[in-house]
Amino acid sequence: MSDMTGDAETADLETFRSETRVWLEANCPPEMRKPASSDADVFWGGRNAKFSSEPQRIWFERMRDKGWTVPDWPKEYGGGGLSPAEHKVLRAEMARMGARPPLSSFGIWMLGPALLKYGNDAQKKEHLPKIAAGLIRWCQGYSEPNAGSDLASLQTRAESDGDDFVITGQKIWTSYANYADWIFCLVRTDPAAKKHDGISFILFDMASKGVSTKPILLISGYSPFCETFFDNVRVPKSHVVGTVNRGWDVAKYLLQHERAMISGMGERGVGRPLGQIAADSVGTDALGRLDDAMLRGRIASFDVDEAALAACAERAVDLAKAGQAHPAFSSAMKYYGTELNKRRYEILMSAGGLDALEWESERSKQGARPRAWLRTKANSIEGGTTEVMLGIVAKRILDLPGA
Amino acid sequence: MALVLTEEQSMLRDSARGLISDKAPVSHLRSLRDSKDPTGFSREFWHSFAEMGFAGLLVPEEFGGSGLGYVEAGVVMEEIGRTLMPSPFLATSVVAASALNRGGNAGQKSEHLPKISNGSLLATLAIDEGAKHRPLQTSLQAVRAGNGFRLSGAKALVVDGHVADLLIVAARTAGSAGEREGLTLFLVDPKAKGVAIERTIMVDAHNAARIELANVEVNADSVLGEVDQGATLLDGVLDIGRGAVASEMVGLSEEVFNRTVEYLKSRKQFGKLIGEFQALQHRAAELYVDIEITRAAVMKALQALDTDIAKAASAVAVAKARAGTTATRAVQEGVQMHGGMGMTDQFDIGFFMKRARVCEELFGDANYHTEQLARARGY
Repeated sequence: MSDMTGDAETADLETFRSETRVWLEANCPPEMRKPASSDADVFWGGRNAKFSSEPQRIWFERMRDKGWTVPDWPKEYGGGGLSPAEHKVLRAEMARMGARPPLSSFGIWMLGPALLKYGNDAQKKEHLPKIAAGLIRWCQGYSEPNAGSDLASLQTRAESDGDDFVITGQKIWTSYANYADWIFCLVRTDPAAKKHDGISFILFDMASKGVSTKPILLISGYSPFCETFFDNVRVPKSHVVGTVNRGWDVAKYLLQHERAMISGMGERGVGRPLGQIAADSVGTDALGRLDDAMLRGRIASFDVDEAALAACAERAVDLAKAGQAHPAFSSAMKYYGTELNKRRYEILMSAGGLDALEWESERSKQGARPRAWLRTKANSIEGGTTEVMLGIVAKRILDLPGA
Repeated sequence: MALVLTEEQSMLRDSARGLISDKAPVSHLRSLRDSKDPTGFSREFWHSFAEMGFAGLLVPEEFGGSGLGYVEAGVVMEEIGRTLMPSPFLATSVVAASALNRGGNAGQKSEHLPKISNGSLLATLAIDEGAKHRPLQTSLQAVRAGNGFRLSGAKALVVDGHVADLLIVAARTAGSAGEREGLTLFLVDPKAKGVAIERTIMVDAHNAARIELANVEVNADSVLGEVDQGATLLDGVLDIGRGAVASEMVGLSEEVFNRTVEYLKSRKQFGKLIGEFQALQHRAAELYVDIEITRAAVMKALQALDTDIAKAASAVAVAKARAGTTATRAVQEGVQMHGGMGMTDQFDIGFFMKRARVCEELFGDANYHTEQLARARGY
């Protein structure tokens, strides 16, 4: 029952799909058609970026040259200029062949969307192309020791001094701050205002005088987060994104993108099914079924929920495209996606049994599985805890009183 | 295909919702139950349903139907779920119409489908025999006799069984219980000699019957599809039924949820609205997310059915499993959060709990479909 326009659009999209498939087949090196084995194998870009392998370099450069590190950004900022429908096709085709993202970047996932909405022309021209080309690696200065779930109570001060702000304070849980070139940071520019009203969103170079970082050792044995200290860091006022003292709007918008990014961790359809991974270590019975009925049931329930979440993620994109999305829906997805990812790793640990307990052997790839398991425990904390997400759903979507 | 309703589908939803909420709110089901209505639904309303094109929604236009797809059938089922309207839509318009349209020969289609479209023929699939839905365990026997077959055995939970004008009976013509080979579907006249039908009053006050066949003779023309090869036809028809019941459960879940959230906003205890308590807010929020995710999974399954039924099985298994667990959670939270009121017959919420229990068993419960997914994925 679709009309002529619909048919023409569908035909164009199918042409795009087949061309994309051919291009990806020809250009994605075989080594890049499986998930990165560790964080060291992920390309984050930046001033000091190093490729871990030649295929990684080739894949990144080919995708960059096509604008497909940021497929849906405008071409003038180094993007691919794809429509939402084309972007969906590209993602589906990459997932089909297991192609990994050519560039991982908080600039792409978080800052970019906020700059596209709130940045001025000069800021967009300055920063977006460098994000797209992987030249600058960004970190996020949000949480503070006394401002976690209650983020708006942050105390890092930015005092006006002529054309500059002078910034003093401390951030915590700053992901990869020790590797980052620039930071997007929430600072208090009006200490007298109500807590949501005196905050500004500002960008500055991590090489500025007075910035220092200190990695935090986590239960996984890794240090992906830092404490970040600012001691009278001088930043031009022109680096404020949006309006001074209205940074909370930018912060919240960016958080929606951060939550969407984190919830995506819960739906990784590629790779071997969990049930088969488990069967490899646990074994199978005479009928070829996983020889642990309770584990098998848990995995099957997980698979049901994972497939349903994938459908919901797809629907969320389609609703946004149709202008029917609730702005707080990313909180719903963040809650469910992170809880699901924790379930996945509990299952993987149970399936691995004794073999999943080794921490420092070649055999265990330096304890890759237990370390990844422990890492997932942060999913339902970072970017807003599960409890905060449920509170947002209750208040903003369900309109429950006094939340 | 985008996972949102098109403009035409939204219009269909609005007109179904308007008609159903106006003519058949939950009080309609209540009065049918209380009066022990012998038909179990309103024939008058069914005719207006047919006049609007709903009875023949899935029937091709050449047989007087609307020629729409499973997404559209799901849209109507969801609205039925909101008011728990008892109607022949599921058994006749979705399941039986699909069986006839997909498996029927030219004569069978032209004889029955136009009557389904105009609302004059009620039909139903008789499949389950034991306590649980296990289609391959079918053991009702059909043995060759003369030019036709002789059928003997019993069926349970035959939806609309006591009012149906045509039974579609799954029988075993070869092999033994558990095997795919040897299943055959038969069109059986409920008035035929040897057919005994007992209406069973169910927990949800919807129609169902137990049917016994004792040496019922049917001729060769009554075979729907191919002899011994009925399993594939049955798979498709059951998946269509599952998608439809999952849609009903989405509508039911959302209605219970909306009523419950409204109650949280109006009931006061300890000097405040109970919806202010975080313990209840978080449970409500979790349930909201569950329903949204299930809605997407069900839509995905219906689209998969419209695209290629043979490849829709896993999507349908996910949808029916999710719909079962979500609806169960929704009605349990609904009763619990309504407190003592939720336990009273006077209050509607209990009707939703009862219907959800039946929907969960219809065409396989969450465990059954979770198991199917595990098998499909090879572990």
